[in-house]
Amino acid sequence: MNARAATAASSPGRRAPRLLVGAAILVALAAVVPVAYLAVRALSADEAARALAPLSTTIGLAWDTAVLAFGVVVATLVVGVPLAWLVVRTDLPWRRFWGLAASLPLVIPSFVAALALLGAFAPRGLLQELLEPLGVDRLPEVTGYWGALVALTLATYPYVYLLAAAGLRGVDPSAEEAARSLGARPGAVFWRVTLPALRPSLAAASLLVALYVLSDFGVVSLMGYSTLTTAIYVRYESLLALEAAAILALALVALALLVVFAASRWRTRGAVYRSTPGAGRAARVVELGAWRWPALAYCSLVVGLFLVLPVGVLVWWSVSADPITGRADVAWSAAAGSAGVATATALIAALVVLPAAFLSWRHPSSLSRWLERLTLLPSALPGIAVALALVFVGARLGSPIYGSLGLLVAAYVIRFMPYGLASTRASLDAVSPRLEEAARSLGRRPLGATTAVVLPLARSGVLAGAALVFLSTLKELPATLLLKPIGFETLATEIWKGTSIGAFSAVAPSALLLIAIAAPLVYLLSWRNAWELGAAE
Amino acid sequence: MRKIAVSALLVVLGALALTAAAATAPGQTTSLTIYSGREERLVKPIMDRFTKETGIELKIRYASSSALATALVEEGRNSPADIYWSQEPGLLGLVSARGLLARLPQKTVGKVSTRFSTPSRRWVGTSARSRVLVYNTNELRPNELPQSVWGLTNAKWKGKIAVAPTNASFQAFLGATISLFGEARVRGWLEGLKANGVRFYPSNTNVVQAVGRGDVQVGLVNHYYLYNVLADTPNLPVRNYWFRDGDPGNLVLAAGVGIVSSTQKSSTAQRFVDFLLSKTAQRMIARGVGAAEYPLVKGVPRRPGLPALTAIKGPKYNLGRLSADIAPAVRLLIEEGFIR
Repeated sequence: MNARAATAASSPGRRAPRLLVGAAILVALAAVVPVAYLAVRALSADEAARALAPLSTTIGLAWDTAVLAFGVVVATLVVGVPLAWLVVRTDLPWRRFWGLAASLPLVIPSFVAALALLGAFAPRGLLQELLEPLGVDRLPEVTGYWGALVALTLATYPYVYLLAAAGLRGVDPSAEEAARSLGARPGAVFWRVTLPALRPSLAAASLLVALYVLSDFGVVSLMGYSTLTTAIYVRYESLLALEAAAILALALVALALLVVFAASRWRTRGAVYRSTPGAGRAARVVELGAWRWPALAYCSLVVGLFLVLPVGVLVWWSVSADPITGRADVAWSAAAGSAGVATATALIAALVVLPAAFLSWRHPSSLSRWLERLTLLPSALPGIAVALALVFVGARLGSPIYGSLGLLVAAYVIRFMPYGLASTRASLDAVSPRLEEAARSLGRRPLGATTAVVLPLARSGVLAGAALVFLSTLKELPATLLLKPIGFETLATEIWKGTSIGAFSAVAPSALLLIAIAAPLVYLLSWRNAWELGAAE
Repeated sequence: MRKIAVSALLVVLGALALTAAAATAPGQTTSLTIYSGREERLVKPIMDRFTKETGIELKIRYASSSALATALVEEGRNSPADIYWSQEPGLLGLVSARGLLARLPQKTVGKVSTRFSTPSRRWVGTSARSRVLVYNTNELRPNELPQSVWGLTNAKWKGKIAVAPTNASFQAFLGATISLFGEARVRGWLEGLKANGVRFYPSNTNVVQAVGRGDVQVGLVNHYYLYNVLADTPNLPVRNYWFRDGDPGNLVLAAGVGIVSSTQKSSTAQRFVDFLLSKTAQRMIARGVGAAEYPLVKGVPRRPGLPALTAIKGPKYNLGRLSADIAPAVRLLIEEGFIR
């Protein structure tokens, strides 16, 4: 790619169009300015405000947040990597099924998973009812740190599974064969050859997981585990302490950037390369023999706990009447709200990242690289920080911007456009700039050449990016709570409202509906992929 | 492909236009924007009744009273709000201290005892509520309960107490107590509760439910949450208990309303305030389904079974002071780890 980019850059007479540069700069500014304003407010906080976010509290919260993120990363690796290895490398029975089932929890928003786990494990909850005849009268309490860890692992291990599975298929088997021929036992081969080769995939997956945990608000609130996000929300919601919230938000952003830095170090340290280019040969299939039974038990446990249990609880709640309100309704208007904002966000995000993606592909320069980086920055910005920044900016601007749906969509776009950019950029990399040049030489104007030749080729990446943005918007909670206009609800806020008054089962149908809306998108993004991975011999 | 690109662009522009239209659509009928710190499920019938009687459409932003006070301060003159209806007088005082509440006519404020308004007439009480201790009637009898809220630090309550530290009424109680008894004594009390393994819940409703389930045995809340929870689960073994006369744990608070000074619709906003003080609304506040607050207007009876408001002997405390007393309470709660 670099070589191609270099030739593109060196083509004579190819100055980047001013309009495009201007548009890309505007988008990058939109990504950065709100957070800069947040920083200004945090740093200019007076003593009274600082007293509500004292240094010891901030450090303590940052520590607890980091400990949770670390725990979830470890847990997702422990769950996801063996699963990927079993599905990709062994003769495990029903591999297609396991491959599919392992990625399915992606459709369950993490706070819904938390809700279901709380319901399942609660005293006199579903599990106890089922297990009572077997003499089980006490279940472990799934709350606090461990509750949050389980719910977040459930929601994020599919990332590790999918990336590890893809990585395993890409590992050059000749290194493993060499190790074996030199007398290494299978275990040693896995630890010393296969796993190091997987490091880039695992680093990328761990980064995704860690950033997810840092931004999470729903799970930790429901589980009663205090992190920076809950502390920010409490200050905004209950303590008249907007500036103290800004201080903590800044700490959260710093923590996220630290994680990004650590992941990039981990990814590049001791890199392992293929010795042969291209697809190469498939790795030898490991025969499990009698080990297939524990392997199957392991897969069943993961799928049972992370998929069957939460969905089962939601279905059970939906069909049985709510003991408190006696009814269980789907909030259809909230569903329309969710679908509406998610569609708008996906379309706008797909569109606004085009200038930066196109510039960095077609006109690489330090400017275009910086624009790309700045536009990618919000992927490390927790939603609550972006929302808080827009509360500050919006309140200054007043109506009609403040309190409008537009401001909420703006927050979503800023927060999620990095997904669109990364995906679009990746698909553009596969398009040769020569094609565009050919179109130009045949008389197409620059814009025409791009729309007629380049965009159709990059379509899959643009669409995948839009789908990912749609999905993320659908599940977003904290920014929505802070910025939603009067009278506007999404399924996420509707579910949240129900949980805050303890009406868990009343919101189960809405939660199932949210899953149903997300499912086709997740199918587009990963099931097909997982299916192919699972099916590959 | 160009067609696709163009149509995609049109869709985006359409979506943007819809978004903008939704944001700025001017009300065809008269409308009011209400910032309601009172919970939707408690006050929705009252809001609906107002619209039905007057034809005035209400746009209601439901959030915690604190979040709305923060929003009003941050928005300043840009605020879209016409009315601020708050759970707590302290927050009304705080907003009015920034010059964000308009003066109400004497005729309106005069309907309510001076105990539940301020001389500057920036807000008026809409209902009164008392702080209480709720207890589990299966586990405890009233004569086993402490005479004073200070007594909860006694080791016999270890692991049995619940509070809702982020709740504005709890903060108001704490602020008033700091103002009356000094910060050191309240800090000591909080530390005593912590030593007793006090459990934190996100809301008063959660506290009452936890006491009813037996997770804890006593909890500090406002008196009407009991009736609200009993409306859904009538057999829950929970009741209210008042401490001895003059105890800070019996503090009587008020919910109140003010007109936002930047409003362009003062006369319509005035109608809303007057409606809240009408017999119709006061009756709904006092005796609606699950409602049990004290009405503040003459001629509206309280819910049967409640002691008379005048019979509740709280500490001697002027609610007008609360706006200054909340901040120390919040700081103390953070310093003592009740809120992180």
